[in-house]
Amino acid sequence: MGRKFWKNTEVGVYRVLMFLATSIIAIALLLIIVSILYKGLPSLNWQMLTQVPKGGYYFGKEGGILNAIIGSLYLSFGATILSFIISLPLAVYINIHRAKQKRLVNTVRFLLDLLWGVPSIVYGAFGFTIMIYFGLRASLLAGIITVTLFIIPIMVRSMDEVFKTVPKGLIEAALSLGSTRSETSYKVLSRQCIPGIITAILLAFGRAIGDAAAILFTTGYTDYIPTSLSQPTATLPLSIFFQLGSPIPEVQNRAYASAVVLTVIILIISIISRILSRKYYQERIK
Amino acid sequence: MRDFFIKIFRIGRKIKDQFHSSWMFICFLLILVLPFILGFGLLYKSNVLIREQSLLQLLFSGNWHPLKGEFGFWPFIVSSLWVTILSMLICGPVCLLSAIHLTHYAKKWVLKLMHPVIDILAGIPSVIYGVWGILLVVPFVSRMGASMGHPNSGYTILTGAIVLSIMIIPFVLNILIEVIRTVPRELSEASLSLGATKWETIKYVVLKKAFPGIISSFGLGISRAFGETIAVLMVVGNVVKIPTGVFQPGYPLPALIANNYGEMLSIPMYDSALMFSALILFVVVTIFNMGSRYLIIYSEKKI
Repeated sequence: MGRKFWKNTEVGVYRVLMFLATSIIAIALLLIIVSILYKGLPSLNWQMLTQVPKGGYYFGKEGGILNAIIGSLYLSFGATILSFIISLPLAVYINIHRAKQKRLVNTVRFLLDLLWGVPSIVYGAFGFTIMIYFGLRASLLAGIITVTLFIIPIMVRSMDEVFKTVPKGLIEAALSLGSTRSETSYKVLSRQCIPGIITAILLAFGRAIGDAAAILFTTGYTDYIPTSLSQPTATLPLSIFFQLGSPIPEVQNRAYASAVVLTVIILIISIISRILSRKYYQERIK
Repeated sequence: MRDFFIKIFRIGRKIKDQFHSSWMFICFLLILVLPFILGFGLLYKSNVLIREQSLLQLLFSGNWHPLKGEFGFWPFIVSSLWVTILSMLICGPVCLLSAIHLTHYAKKWVLKLMHPVIDILAGIPSVIYGVWGILLVVPFVSRMGASMGHPNSGYTILTGAIVLSIMIIPFVLNILIEVIRTVPRELSEASLSLGATKWETIKYVVLKKAFPGIISSFGLGISRAFGETIAVLMVVGNVVKIPTGVFQPGYPLPALIANNYGEMLSIPMYDSALMFSALILFVVVTIFNMGSRYLIIYSEKKI
């Protein structure tokens, strides 16, 4: 009798602990979003979203963070497009052209996983050395290249995971009907996986727009909206970071408001990709 | 005439195929060499420093005086270790318990709720975690320290570890769920049919079978935590000193790089020193990653 009692207590205690652990995770997310919105929303206004910093902005005077919003969008769109041009071919290449060489493909996957794990600050430092080597200054272009390197593994691996689920028969059917391998890649495999590909792109875009460490060295910071690739560019994460470092409370409040903007962008991306991936599972050929 | 056009069309398709295939091959080569370029680039830049001073002295000396040309990375390495290990101690049990809950006990609605929660947590940028850390965790730690007899500013190693542990939860949890799910059903069914309770089955069969996977998920978590920059930098205090307790400020390696890139080019050898710390990060993270992934692959083969 006593043994059974202890057994039941053990299970009970662990079940409570497990439930607590899960709730902690949910509560943490709730706390993050609520605290950011609570602190940031009061200082968020239209002026902040539509103006660039004016003179004395960093002492609490007029202005906004439009430069950082636009800069972040430029940077992330540029990096996402550039890495898409490299990632999609690579992902189909290891799934169609080299599909037979299992060892090679697995090695590439392993390398990509390693690259995924490399911290973004290392990419930043590396990008900086290359920049110095070629005599470039901190600029939008340097930032785009660094972020591209940093999100390629993310994009390739997530596309790869989607491509893996495509039935072999579909590809074999396309090849046996006489289409070339690249036609099979782009017209059959990629078309079949469009929602998955878009999810991968959104994931990479979210990473690109949220990352601060990789662009800290390479993109610099200005108060203007960049008009060419060779100009330094302000970005949202860095603008939050710099404004928060200011001792003036008004500027700090603006940092919280900028954090709201960034959080909302990330939430929108996350919602779109959820909707898409749900649709994907309904519509794909099994 | 018709034959001619068909021929042209065929040649066109061939050329297109050639073009695409060669572009794919170029991308493929790029990815194959990228890790090596990364490593060699950093090594090349930090070479100046390594040649000047012995590696042991660089790693284990506590003298950090860039202006005098003394670069001892020990305070930063110790800070990094403190923050990383502490955050894993917080995150590990929470993730393991939650992963068991989500895979074996949770009701449908909990799963439906937790999937987006984990996704969003994984997507939140690190600077937002930093802001949250300053808003909530810093005052919390400050008050906690005061009540425990360690008055502090709130910008401490513990603060960094708490923020970091929340950041890596989605990462570790996703792998853990995957690992626990891959334990074959037959094993737990056999255990259940022999009269073991559900909890006993989980404890003695599922967790035992998943053990290498659990260890490697923690390894991946450590490597993620080790390189995290902005969020930690914002809350950890950034004081060059070897920390001796959790309520003291620290200065992890990534923060060192991020904080000093401005002066990098004005002080001799400083850039080399910062690249050296990037190299340390790269090497440590890659070793942890490789070890953990090998362990996963190895254990999957065994099952």
